[in-house]
Amino acid sequence: MEYLLIVATDPDAEPFVPEEDNVGDWVDDLESRGIRIRGQRLRPPTDATLVRVRDGELLVTDGPFTESKEWMAGYDILEVESLDEAIEIASRHPMARFGRIELRPAWPMDVHEPGAERHARERAEETAALG
Amino acid sequence: MTHGAAAHHDAVARAHRDEWARVVATLIRQTGDWTLAEDCAAEAFARAVERWPAEGVPRNPGAWLTTVARNLAIDRLRRRANEAAKVREAAALEEVEGGRNVGRRAGAPLPAPDGEPSETDTAFDRLGGESADGGVDDRLRLVFTCCHPALALEARVALTLRTLGGLTTAEIARAFLVPEPTMAQRIVRAKQRIRNAGIPYRVPDAAALPERLGGVLAVLYLVFNAGYSASGGDAERRGALADEAIRLARLVVRLMPEEREAASLLALMLLQDSRRRARVDAGGELVTLAAQDRTRWDAAEIASGLAILRSLERRPRGIRGPYRLQAEIAACHAAAPTADDTDFERIATLYDELAALDPSPVVALNRALAHGFAGRAKAGLDELDRLAASGALDRYHLLPAAQGELLARLGRADAAAARLRDALELAPSDAERRALRRRIDELGAAS
Repeated sequence: MEYLLIVATDPDAEPFVPEEDNVGDWVDDLESRGIRIRGQRLRPPTDATLVRVRDGELLVTDGPFTESKEWMAGYDILEVESLDEAIEIASRHPMARFGRIELRPAWPMDVHEPGAERHARERAEETAALG
Repeated sequence: MTHGAAAHHDAVARAHRDEWARVVATLIRQTGDWTLAEDCAAEAFARAVERWPAEGVPRNPGAWLTTVARNLAIDRLRRRANEAAKVREAAALEEVEGGRNVGRRAGAPLPAPDGEPSETDTAFDRLGGESADGGVDDRLRLVFTCCHPALALEARVALTLRTLGGLTTAEIARAFLVPEPTMAQRIVRAKQRIRNAGIPYRVPDAAALPERLGGVLAVLYLVFNAGYSASGGDAERRGALADEAIRLARLVVRLMPEEREAASLLALMLLQDSRRRARVDAGGELVTLAAQDRTRWDAAEIASGLAILRSLERRPRGIRGPYRLQAEIAACHAAAPTADDTDFERIATLYDELAALDPSPVVALNRALAHGFAGRAKAGLDELDRLAASGALDRYHLLPAAQGELLARLGRADAAAARLRDALELAPSDAERRALRRRIDELGAAS
């Protein structure tokens, strides 16, 4: 299964200790096992750009600047057997201690299926499952 | 019902109790489809009700039920594959206008268009396949998956009772006083989450096992306490949950005989449950431990609980865990012929040990009370006052109630009554309020 591992800051976490930032070992281990597809650190929200189309008009601004002290600081894409394996890997990332990590499973879809059909099909499946 | 029919009915009920988890757990491994597994297991039991009276109870009911359920699953998967094939066939026909697809056997599933095995194909492959890691009991996989920490606690509880325990959704909804559709939705969402989040169907590896087993035991104890302490509703409903928790704890102990905290939890449940009939009087009023009629305690449950603790005593290895300590405390109560004979000195020592492992304020409260009852009422009260000053148990009615009890022991009846009246304000149920009022009246009469 494919997971997006979102590395985020967290004001409740323990303070960052640069000497204990062993993310290189973490990456080497995962890459040697072919588990980490790719990943990157991200520039802070002050360098973010927001793109919107409203009433057909393109709006480009800087931001968004939220009051939140929890922001996405990086990401990794993992290919693993199961959630348990992803949890074990996430638990060894230094930012699990110094920040926090969110695991999001990929939700594969046939991008060429017409949107209206996909929407109707998934709605019907959901209704059937809930009886 | 004739005698024979009643006997067969009992045989099916017994098989349901003993074999449900095994049948479902095996089918989940083989098909990967929780709903299919439950539906087919339920259908297999329905077949048993029809057929056992005429054909006799099979020698191995579990194997019979698993085979019937498995065949039902194969039928349903085949039908599902055919329906999917028909959809794909129609789409393919539209595209190729006949010709290229001729010659394929009617009804055989078409390969999925992208050449990937469809979900149904994989389910077929797994049916009949043996488990990858050999000797592991499928029920153990089911236990750990139902209690996975990535599921919300209430989802873990519902799934454990439904899939592992075999309770119906209606029964679980009644036990937790929620509408049946709400509970049904909770269970469906939990199963969807298992699939979507990628929660595996396996026993965690050795590194993760202690923590994950702790999570399993916490769910079972929560179910037990929901049954044991539920206020409102009927005694039968409460008893059913406690019984179920004990049954599931027995299963976990059988599956993991080396795990001492699992055995300890079972002992703790048995010892607490032994007091079930004595906890409520004929008028439905709560009776405190000290005032209970001990002849109404369940001697068989006490004997089983004490036997488990003795067997743990024979393998003294490592520290005693929190369930072990709580079970030992319950055993002190169970062993006392009267409330006054209770060995509070030993209980206080056990609470010292428990508080070192579990620094929660509720444990601190009970520890202070135990020391108070062991003849150190002043020290216990000082500790409770410190706890009250910390604010950790604000709004918790048992804190002023405990202060009241120790004040009464110190002969300060007026102060005791005042604290009990504070407890009255905070008590969560009518039954507890009535019990507190009776205690206040007793103190008034004594002073």
